[in-house]
Amino acid sequence: MTANSKKPVSNADQDNGATREFVTASIGDQMCGIAVLQVQDVLAPQRITPIPLAPPEVSGSLNLRGRIVTAIDLRIRMGLPEREEGARTMSIVVEHQHELYSLIVDDVGDVLKVSEKNFERNPATLDSLWRTYSEGVYRLEKGLLVVLDVSTLLSFNASEEAA
Amino acid sequence: MDDLLTEFLTETVESLDNLDVEIVQLEQNPNDPELLGNIFRLVHTIKGTCGFIGLSRLESVAHASENVLGNFRDGVQEVTPEAVSLILAALDRIKEIVAVLEETESEPAGDDKELIAQLDAMYRAGKEGGAASAPAEAAPAEPAPAEEAPAEATAVAEDAPAAEGSIYERAGATSAIDAAIELMYGKVMADEELAPLFAGVDMVRMQGHTVEYMIKAFGGPDDYFNDALKPFFAQLAQNGFSGPHFNKVGDHLAAAMTLLEIDPAVIDDAMMVFAASEGEFVSGAEAEEVSAGETEAEVEVEVEEVKPEKVEKAAAKETSVANQSIRVNVELLENLMTTVSELVLTRNQLLQMVRHHEDSEFKVPLQRLSHVTTDLQEGVMKTRMQPIGNAWNKLPRIIRDLGNDLDKKIELKMLGADTELDRQVLEMIKDPLTHMVRNSGDHGLEGPADRLKAGKPETGTVTLNAYHEGGHIIIEIADDGRGINIAKVKEKIVTNGLATEAELENYSDQQIQQFIFKAGFSTAEKVTNVSGRGVGMDVVRTNIEKIGGQIELRSEEGKGSTFIIKIPLTLAIVSALIVRCGTEKFAIPQLSVVELVRVSSASDHRIEKVNETPVLRLRDRLLPLVSLPNLLNLRSDDLLSAIDNQHADADAVSDADGAEPVPQTTNAERKDTNGMTDENGDSFIVVAQVGPYTFGIVVDAVYDTEEIVVKPVAPILRDISVYSGNTILGDGSVIMILDPNGIATATGNISATNPTEEEGSEVVNAGRNERTALLVFRAGSEEPKAVPLALVARLEEIDAEKVETSDNQLVVQYRGQLMPLLPVTETFERQTEGRQPVLVFTDRDRSMGLMVDEILDIVEENLNIEIKTGTEGVIGSAIVDGKATEIIDASSYLTRAYHDWFGRTDEGAESGNVNGRVLLIDDSPFFRNLMAPLLRAAGYDVLTAENADDALTMREAGEVFDVIVSDIEMPGMDGFDLAREIREKGAWTKTPIVALSSRTSPADIAAGREVGFVDYVPKQDREALLESLSNTIVKMKGAA
Repeated sequence: MTANSKKPVSNADQDNGATREFVTASIGDQMCGIAVLQVQDVLAPQRITPIPLAPPEVSGSLNLRGRIVTAIDLRIRMGLPEREEGARTMSIVVEHQHELYSLIVDDVGDVLKVSEKNFERNPATLDSLWRTYSEGVYRLEKGLLVVLDVSTLLSFNASEEAA
Repeated sequence: MDDLLTEFLTETVESLDNLDVEIVQLEQNPNDPELLGNIFRLVHTIKGTCGFIGLSRLESVAHASENVLGNFRDGVQEVTPEAVSLILAALDRIKEIVAVLEETESEPAGDDKELIAQLDAMYRAGKEGGAASAPAEAAPAEPAPAEEAPAEATAVAEDAPAAEGSIYERAGATSAIDAAIELMYGKVMADEELAPLFAGVDMVRMQGHTVEYMIKAFGGPDDYFNDALKPFFAQLAQNGFSGPHFNKVGDHLAAAMTLLEIDPAVIDDAMMVFAASEGEFVSGAEAEEVSAGETEAEVEVEVEEVKPEKVEKAAAKETSVANQSIRVNVELLENLMTTVSELVLTRNQLLQMVRHHEDSEFKVPLQRLSHVTTDLQEGVMKTRMQPIGNAWNKLPRIIRDLGNDLDKKIELKMLGADTELDRQVLEMIKDPLTHMVRNSGDHGLEGPADRLKAGKPETGTVTLNAYHEGGHIIIEIADDGRGINIAKVKEKIVTNGLATEAELENYSDQQIQQFIFKAGFSTAEKVTNVSGRGVGMDVVRTNIEKIGGQIELRSEEGKGSTFIIKIPLTLAIVSALIVRCGTEKFAIPQLSVVELVRVSSASDHRIEKVNETPVLRLRDRLLPLVSLPNLLNLRSDDLLSAIDNQHADADAVSDADGAEPVPQTTNAERKDTNGMTDENGDSFIVVAQVGPYTFGIVVDAVYDTEEIVVKPVAPILRDISVYSGNTILGDGSVIMILDPNGIATATGNISATNPTEEEGSEVVNAGRNERTALLVFRAGSEEPKAVPLALVARLEEIDAEKVETSDNQLVVQYRGQLMPLLPVTETFERQTEGRQPVLVFTDRDRSMGLMVDEILDIVEENLNIEIKTGTEGVIGSAIVDGKATEIIDASSYLTRAYHDWFGRTDEGAESGNVNGRVLLIDDSPFFRNLMAPLLRAAGYDVLTAENADDALTMREAGEVFDVIVSDIEMPGMDGFDLAREIREKGAWTKTPIVALSSRTSPADIAAGREVGFVDYVPKQDREALLESLSNTIVKMKGAA
């Protein structure tokens, strides 16, 4: 997470200049990325107030420096099985239409700089839910990085229509 | 949007609102020169500004209206209702255009020719009518050339443009000339040489007349009135204005026209015309000056006429400087408010943290921070406060139009217009209020013929009354019209399928009236211009409930209807009750909480079931219950697992916010299968009121009340109707705010199936067996004591360590004030540690706390005081809940806490005990509740009325009293008027009336005797009252 501000320098090892930076997170076994500029904060687990009657993916709400943040469990949002009880989680806070959301993931990794040339569209056979939320995939040495589209991820009405 | 346009719109909308009110006032008071001046100026400003920014439609309408208004102001035309209607029509047109302008930033296409033609016709009619009288004032003083000169000028004007139409047309008609003159005068006033010459000249009028003159001179429509400009030039001449100056003004005009991109050729022509008119004015004026003293006199008069206005203007300017008010964007204020709210929350959090550390060095600075924050919060709140009168601005106009349209005579009374409330709330009630006032005028009031037939005055009255009551604003909209026709409503209910006839049989009239708040309900036989368009009271109710308010209707057929709206002062910060359900906390806005009932096997209250529907017997009524755990699907098992999970999470990371008081509840209870705590366990019922319907919400525990800042929930949660928002509590945790309206809706239509509204809201209380709710407590001794519940503002538990001593009196800091604490008896021993239960009595802004050992119950009893004791502070003993109970005299403690609580408290003579029937009229519920038990204790049968109208209603109903006790200062009809009315006619002409007032100067007493009061007793000198009553009744009986 440290060397992410030296953009021009790192150009050397890229074929073309276009790179993007992502905060990586693991959801289930998948490595996902959220564009670094969209991320407000990375949180360790917080005290979350559950909200009865809310949709299942809404874990509750929490207080982040005086603002109320809605916690969304990405496992449930992405159609993955719920994690085991007591499993540790991390959260990535993003802003969407002037509201803060805390995206609960299994773990948060480094900030990665990836080259545009490694980008590929979603495979046609990808699960439709994932296809909706994913902008595309980067081929990295360690594996594949799925780019999450925060705006579709958090536009609940639209996704309900799509589903 | 263009800055200029934005500013214009803000200003214009404001001006238009004022205009509406002023023009209606003008109709009632046509000769008020100040009012006329104001109106004229407002329209003039609108005209001037729109000419400037090129809004031609607006300008032409404003111009035509200004002409007519000018006639009014100059006194050449009478202010007739037709003329006012026409002006109002013109204003409406202006408003329409402005509204479109606001949306689209451009004027709508349309044609105002007809309206302008009407205005012009009226203007010309006025001119002709006035022309006859004008020469009488002006002509004798005018030298002959004055009449020729304009003719000359016109001649020139006609010659010059012969080629291609008049200069007027080529220059761009009235709007262009107006703009040019406006600019010209602007330049003139900026010209250092010229400006001093115009000192003392009424520029607005001069400019208006100049425009008219130029239009005429340029060959446009002839509006110019004879020698209107002459006096101005005479005055200018006095200031030393001469030929060269005139030329300079001409240069400015040319520059102005150039600026407006008028064809140079046209400007040249115009300049010729302008130059030609020089002789007419400058030399003419000079000649006048030297010629006759007579002229001088005329000029003098003119000057004098101008002066008062000028002085006034100067004064106005001064006050506006003194006011130092500035315009601030509302958004900025909203942001400020949000920031302050955050600050308050953070402050609360800090306070909570420091509370656990007794000797923290932060304590003192934090205290200061706390004070400053409170001040800041209050300050910011104040900036958002506006008098409710702002929302009423439009109403006089609406009522006037309504009266005209429907041929009704309607008077609108507005009381308490300066009552302040939050801007946001104000905005939200504006429309409902307008709608309701319209309704009252349209449906409520009868036509004049019907009114006379019903024995009422021809003119119907709609009364608006606003006042504060315990952190809320109450707005009453009352009419003295036909009231709600129950039979008609019933019919409508059945036709619309809202209920069956059989169901209706069981409903009280009060309940049936509430149906008018249901969707699709309008009893108006035909749709009129004004109401009955389908948007009905249901919309009003929804809007009011949206801001956490309540609406209630009281109506009596033939007498009129009153709508009572109760709304919070502000939406930003509300007081909420924090409750627990399972392990989760929720907030319920205090506004809708009526009372709390504890349910346990030990108390008399327990939950019973009707076909699995839980209900509670509460004071001889069945209260429908909603189980919060069930409603929120907090079935114990999944809930527990979810929560355990969470806590594991939370504990691992952050446990800084420390212990929270979780009342002891065993798992067994929580795991209760249907979410309703079983009959052996304790649970609490929050009795909530939504409109007229009351229901109980079952919760596991009740904590404190807390001031919370309501924040809207995230969009994903918005369609969950049971939440009205969320907030952050003092301990930093997020909490959901429950919406009682939403709960009522979510649990099915409670209102339709379980009508449980309180009967207490009926206008006339059934007197003989009036039941009084009593708060039963224990203090000092084992036997129970009681006090009328209505007198108790709140029940508090005060930290015993917080009790301080000041001036030999126990006090506690309570809501930012020092509240005196009194023991019930001398022998009472207060708690030295833990929490001290206190009954808080509040009147106006004062509070007093009565320390007790334990609060036992609330019961409703026929208060029948059987034994009177001589002990101070005790009214007597009564059987309450089957036990002998001392009834506490709250007033005695109040006077002990504040010696001047009720003004003076003389010790009077022993009261006699003569039985009699007493009517007590007082607008303060506190006072009524205080006096009624006292009088009952003295052996009287007491009925109460909260105002003169209620009292008269009782007279109409045939009630008979031995004596009437009436307050003097009451809203609406005051005590004096009431006494006059009673003496004058009806069944009570012989009934003695005793006045009760805090004003007891000899003059007041004399005035009282004159209108027919037999005695005049200072308020709260209860011994004197009792003596007076017994004397009066003895006298009556003796006389009979």
